[in-house]
Amino acid sequence: MTANPLLMGHPLSSPEHAKHALLYMYRIRKFEEAVEDLFGRGMMHGTMHLSIGQEAGPTGACLALQITDQITSTHRGHGHCIAKGADLTRMMAELLGKKIGYCGGRGGSMHIADAETGNLGANGVVGGGIPIAAGAALAAKMRKSGTVAVSFFGDGAMNEGAFHEAANMAAIWNLPLILFCENNKYGMSSSTEKAFKLENLADRGKGYGIPGVTVDGNDVVAVYEAAEAAVARARNGEGPTLIESVTYRWKGHSRSDKNLYRTKEEIEEWKDKDPIPNFIHKVLDKGILTQEQIEEIQKVSTEQIMQAVKEAAAAESATPDGLLEAVFKAVSA
Amino acid sequence: MSDRMLTMAEAVREAMTIAMEEREEVFILGEDIGIYGGAFGVTGDLYHRFGPERVLDTPISELGIVGAAVGAALSGMRPIVEIQFSDFTAQAMDQIANQAAKIHFMLGGALHVPLVLRTPQGSGTGAAAQHSQNLEPWFASVPGLKVVVPSNPADAKGLLLAAIDDPNPVIFLEHKLLYKIPGRDPVPEGATRIPLGVSKVVRTGKDLTIVATGIMVNKSFEVAEKLSAEGISIELIDPRTISPLDTAPIFESVEKTGRLMVVQEGPSHAGYINEVIAQVSGSACFGNLIAPIKRLAGMNIPIPYAPQLEKVAVPQIADIEAAAREIVKNWR
Repeated sequence: MTANPLLMGHPLSSPEHAKHALLYMYRIRKFEEAVEDLFGRGMMHGTMHLSIGQEAGPTGACLALQITDQITSTHRGHGHCIAKGADLTRMMAELLGKKIGYCGGRGGSMHIADAETGNLGANGVVGGGIPIAAGAALAAKMRKSGTVAVSFFGDGAMNEGAFHEAANMAAIWNLPLILFCENNKYGMSSSTEKAFKLENLADRGKGYGIPGVTVDGNDVVAVYEAAEAAVARARNGEGPTLIESVTYRWKGHSRSDKNLYRTKEEIEEWKDKDPIPNFIHKVLDKGILTQEQIEEIQKVSTEQIMQAVKEAAAAESATPDGLLEAVFKAVSA
Repeated sequence: MSDRMLTMAEAVREAMTIAMEEREEVFILGEDIGIYGGAFGVTGDLYHRFGPERVLDTPISELGIVGAAVGAALSGMRPIVEIQFSDFTAQAMDQIANQAAKIHFMLGGALHVPLVLRTPQGSGTGAAAQHSQNLEPWFASVPGLKVVVPSNPADAKGLLLAAIDDPNPVIFLEHKLLYKIPGRDPVPEGATRIPLGVSKVVRTGKDLTIVATGIMVNKSFEVAEKLSAEGISIELIDPRTISPLDTAPIFESVEKTGRLMVVQEGPSHAGYINEVIAQVSGSACFGNLIAPIKRLAGMNIPIPYAPQLEKVAVPQIADIEAAAREIVKNWR
């Protein structure tokens, strides 16, 4: 299955844009529901970090990006991959340890990259992708490519030195970088209240001399608008922006999480702020899409995920051949 | 053949100059490498020749510097990172070992990281434990990194040019005591590359094989010259890259001499020379050994400050000489 070419623009600017935003949020949701199901049935191994409830962030941000713009992602990165246009079958195949998977079974859920869509990779290390994105932005500036880089990271990563060093370098060099913090309220079990003395993490932008904005991360429209402004600034040579997209992770940190650090009531409260119905209300209110069109998109996304699971499950398993040769890229003569 | 004698700092600078003239993707980034010319003067006047964008002064942010280089390398550039002291790579280890080293393998080969990290290492400057380490084994133990340890200006130039061409991350460890001394051999003009992963027989001999890298090659060479007057003939092998490690010339030499001494500056525990010994032990040349293998390495201590203490922490010429003489005299 080939990925849709990336669409750019305001999610409410046309029925096509609204459909795209909704389709991608559904794709992320249903991809991860399928992953959870496969894990539950013992068909997938390793671990997984689900971003269910956070779909508006990557979808809104990537609507502001061209296919050549680059991103770095996180351990909770399925959403970024999908929103940037990754192939669903190859993603699912990677999680199932198949040869056709993005990493040929060598990386798994935390290491999917897709050169064709500018995705420089998810990352198993908190904050690991932030300096890399700054470097991509540095290359864009040096090569005058006109592209921007977006680093997605969580609230936890903002307390890593990597964030500080990269944010500062991007600021002093005016790099075309968007520092996109998905504040989902918890770094594993540590709440932002425990880990920060700040209410708005975006206030940290001030410390680097760059703009910091806080947006409702469950509103794909608000996310798009913030990302679009930051991308315009970056393309204009005005430097980086820190966006704090406030959202919530419905599921545990990973498979082992027993949710001991938060209440059921809190989780339910955030489920009422589900980004998907949130957007559906908007497009219905404004008459951009009809109920039938919305149901059709939901149906199509379900079929796409089922198809991806089916193709991935049927694909050939990764084999140990060539593992040693894969460590280095061959030196051309 | 040219007869130009350069120091290692000059040879490294010349390689970077050639690479930057050859391809516009090559640039250097690091702390104080611009107007200052580098803490050890290696970048010298490159800032004035290539400008502030291609000789990019950075804040004191080792992790950020290496990370930015990884990102730039993933985006079509060929960065050369200078880390002021190898000890400070500890600050950048996530980007070196978890990111740069693993990206090509872990992400399925679609992306690669053509990055060179140059850094001065080693003791002998009275700078104490956090500015004097030899960290060869740290890097050599990470699959996905190539590790180069030049021992002389001519090799440094050719190996660095090859490292910059290489599509993989290369750690290039320069001994700071070698920066200012000319090598024994002239440095050829032009852009000749020395392929990574090829050991060099520095000196042929028949009684004892010495394997050494970096400054230990120079020290061992001096010993070999001196002992030849006593009728002891030493074959000296410089692997030049310890990852990948070219063992064939070592095996061949051991087969011939029947005696092996391995010398390294860093602590003996888990050093790269242990890998050399393990590989020799597992090869057919082991049967030709007539003496126990001698391992001469740094003490398992942090490098101390006072000169008389610093000296005992790493093998000196007298130590190599005594050990070489002992092996050859005691095992006949």
